Amino acid sequence: MDMLKAIARHPSGRIGGAIIGLYILIALFAAIGLTPHDPLKQFRIDRLMAPNATYWMGTDLFGRDMASRLMAGIGQSFVIAFISVAFASVAGTIIGLVAAWWGRGWDGALMRLMDVLLAFPAILLALLIVAIAGPGTWTSILAIGIVYTPIFARVVRGPALSIKTREYVDAARTFGSSQFYILTRHMLLNLVAPLTVQVTLALAWALLTEAALSFLGLGTQPPTPSLGLMLSDARNLMESAPWLLVFPALTLMVGILGFNLFGDALRDILDPKTRRARA
Amino acid sequence: MTPLLSVKDLRVGFGRDPKANEVVHGVSFEISAGETLAIVGESGSGKSVTALSVNRLVDFGGGRVTAGSIAFQRGDGSVLDLVAADESRLETIRGREIGMIFQEPMTSLNPVHTIGWQIEEAFRLHKGLRGRAATTAAREALERVRIPDAARRLSYYPHQLSGGMRQRVMIAMALASSPRLLIADEPTTALDVTVQAQIMALLDELRREMGMGMIFITHDIGLVAGIADKVMVMQGGIAVEQGELSAVLDNPQHPYTQHLLTAVPHFSNGTAVRADRIEADVKDAPIVTVANLAVRFPVRSGIFRRQTGAVHAVDGVNFELRRGQTLAIVGESGSGKSTTARALMGLVRPTRGVIETSETRPGRHSSERPLQMVFQDPFASLNPRLTVRGLLAEPAIAAGIPNDAELVRKMEALLERVGLKPDSLERYPHEFSGGQRQRLCIARALMLNPDVVVLDEAVSALDVSVQARVLELLVDLQHEYGLAYLFISHDMAVVERIAHRVAVMFAGQIVEIGEASSVLSNPQHSYTKRLISAVPSVDRRHQRFELDTRQVPSLVRPAGFEPEPAQWREVGADHRARVEMTGSDS
Repeated sequence: MDMLKAIARHPSGRIGGAIIGLYILIALFAAIGLTPHDPLKQFRIDRLMAPNATYWMGTDLFGRDMASRLMAGIGQSFVIAFISVAFASVAGTIIGLVAAWWGRGWDGALMRLMDVLLAFPAILLALLIVAIAGPGTWTSILAIGIVYTPIFARVVRGPALSIKTREYVDAARTFGSSQFYILTRHMLLNLVAPLTVQVTLALAWALLTEAALSFLGLGTQPPTPSLGLMLSDARNLMESAPWLLVFPALTLMVGILGFNLFGDALRDILDPKTRRARA
Repeated sequence: MTPLLSVKDLRVGFGRDPKANEVVHGVSFEISAGETLAIVGESGSGKSVTALSVNRLVDFGGGRVTAGSIAFQRGDGSVLDLVAADESRLETIRGREIGMIFQEPMTSLNPVHTIGWQIEEAFRLHKGLRGRAATTAAREALERVRIPDAARRLSYYPHQLSGGMRQRVMIAMALASSPRLLIADEPTTALDVTVQAQIMALLDELRREMGMGMIFITHDIGLVAGIADKVMVMQGGIAVEQGELSAVLDNPQHPYTQHLLTAVPHFSNGTAVRADRIEADVKDAPIVTVANLAVRFPVRSGIFRRQTGAVHAVDGVNFELRRGQTLAIVGESGSGKSTTARALMGLVRPTRGVIETSETRPGRHSSERPLQMVFQDPFASLNPRLTVRGLLAEPAIAAGIPNDAELVRKMEALLERVGLKPDSLERYPHEFSGGQRQRLCIARALMLNPDVVVLDEAVSALDVSVQARVLELLVDLQHEYGLAYLFISHDMAVVERIAHRVAVMFAGQIVEIGEASSVLSNPQHSYTKRLISAVPSVDRRHQRFELDTRQVPSLVRPAGFEPEPAQWREVGADHRARVEMTGSDS
């Protein structure tokens, strides 16, 4: 509850939170079929219509309702972003914790592997993975997950190394606490703050990467609507039907902005230094 | 004659509304040239804020002087009110006419510049010296603070110097401009007791040489006796008592001063040791026996990381612990006393030696752990994200005891026993004060009915009066549960209050061990003598310490080095000291 109040007090937390909330609401509406039209249905007569009362954001080349597709596309993008970030954060946290806790050989091997992954530009690495596994929704989830794993591993390893030397960890060892207990109750619990911040920021990047992969035709496959795919389709019709480009682009931009603002707010709120300053 | 500094009705506040958040409520004092005023108080008493207001550094910490005047007599004889002075005027005063030394010599020097450069900078700024003249001045400044081999040390970086040396460098920098007033904010708190004596002696001597006034801030009223002319005792932002040194110490008027002088442990050469020793206990079998314990950390060098030597952190340590008995290990930083404790707890692996505990006592429940430990820092040894219930449950969970209503009852009983409210179970560590947190740590250590509690500097981080109450609690608990304590401390006064037996550690070895009263009143080893003579005491007024620039010997030994077996000299029934090699300087 304190957390929610703190977010509501923080200006960018308020804006970011509102945007994310709105997007999730839209995605839920689309998921239960509450869209103006069926996002996949083609109204052949109403092709390439500009925004009007029936089609709020116009129609595309096949006469499909843009507003409905956008709503479904947000859902699709969010699902991919959430699952891939969940994958990346779990894998990265485990790798970072193992590297910090066991140190020596583990630390060297795991963190060098993470360095190799980090050395590739994110989108290039994602392309590589998709090229190996073939395009599709699940491959892009896997690709985005792997691309962002090293970032989580690094975010976890640093603080974990410092927590490891705290006296309460020594104290736990003198009680004979199991390694699992120490790793979960003492290490992980104190890593929640940096992880939460990283998750929200990674969600923004994941949204962008997913759009990029779909734009290149390697992510979500048609006819399933996705923001990147819609941008890609609109590319050739940019001059005759600008609404096809403007609405998905704006949707994507505002969504990423929302996550970034929210992440900034969380960082401020969870940082013990600023928290002490407020107290 | 006008005094050097005259502070009248000083009020200082913090935050957006300094008048509402006042922390210093009208303090007045005067210092003449060549005089030392000691400000004594516990944390939060406003002693540092008062001193920082004098050179207006408090402005940078968010504070504001809301009322009062600070009249400072400048070098040219004019008197300036520092409260009304603007920042540019203050910049000419700070450093140049009012010098300052801080508590932490580790963080107040810049790690990327040599100390020579940093001292020269002080001369460049205040005296306008350049080039060779600045270097010469820096070397002379180092010699003045009695750093041996000063010319070579100029090219050292701060990390190459010990804490005491760094504090001397800080003093050299503060004195570069020959200030008329020196503010020393707990300059020796972070230092070992023998080093502390050195720094105190140095400050006193320099003050006399240069005829400057000094404000000496400390929490240790014992330290004041050796140096101050006047004493001001502060509590809650008010000067509760001030006056001449002997008047305040011998005839304290305010109850708080009396409390500081009586309730707080003061070292008294072994006359205040505990008298509750059970005579028969020597016949009992010891519950912990440590024999020939050695802990060495490898030193590797070269591309192949070959072991070229070892740090002999602990070497050939023997002692026994018996039921209901406290063995105190005293020593300075780097003496290996904490490493001994950590080896006992299994936190570091001993290189050799035997640690026997009574793990197999008949009738012992498998879920009991014979050894528990309380750490120094009550803020670092409790996980900030667990409630008290979670913290206290941890040893039980580790031992496989079900976390049920019975366990909760035990937690509540223990909390009450250590003087905390039983309803604190759902609270988090940050809601408690330092003393309360240390009580929590003690309760946690008692969850599994231990025989032995290792207390590693367990009261060192606490305020003096809190310290006294935690010590009382420890003694009570010892009687009630028949606990044996291994009490590790650098503080002789605290050790005197709680120890039955004392072991003195120096450079990884026990140099003297025996009954507390005997060791403390009749020290035999030269190091024990040095340690005891360095302890500040209310009874020693204006004592002249001898300046001693000896360094702790390096503990790094070449690979394969084995120390010679120790020769012991029996002094009394239960008191023996290591025989010192002739010609060795340690």
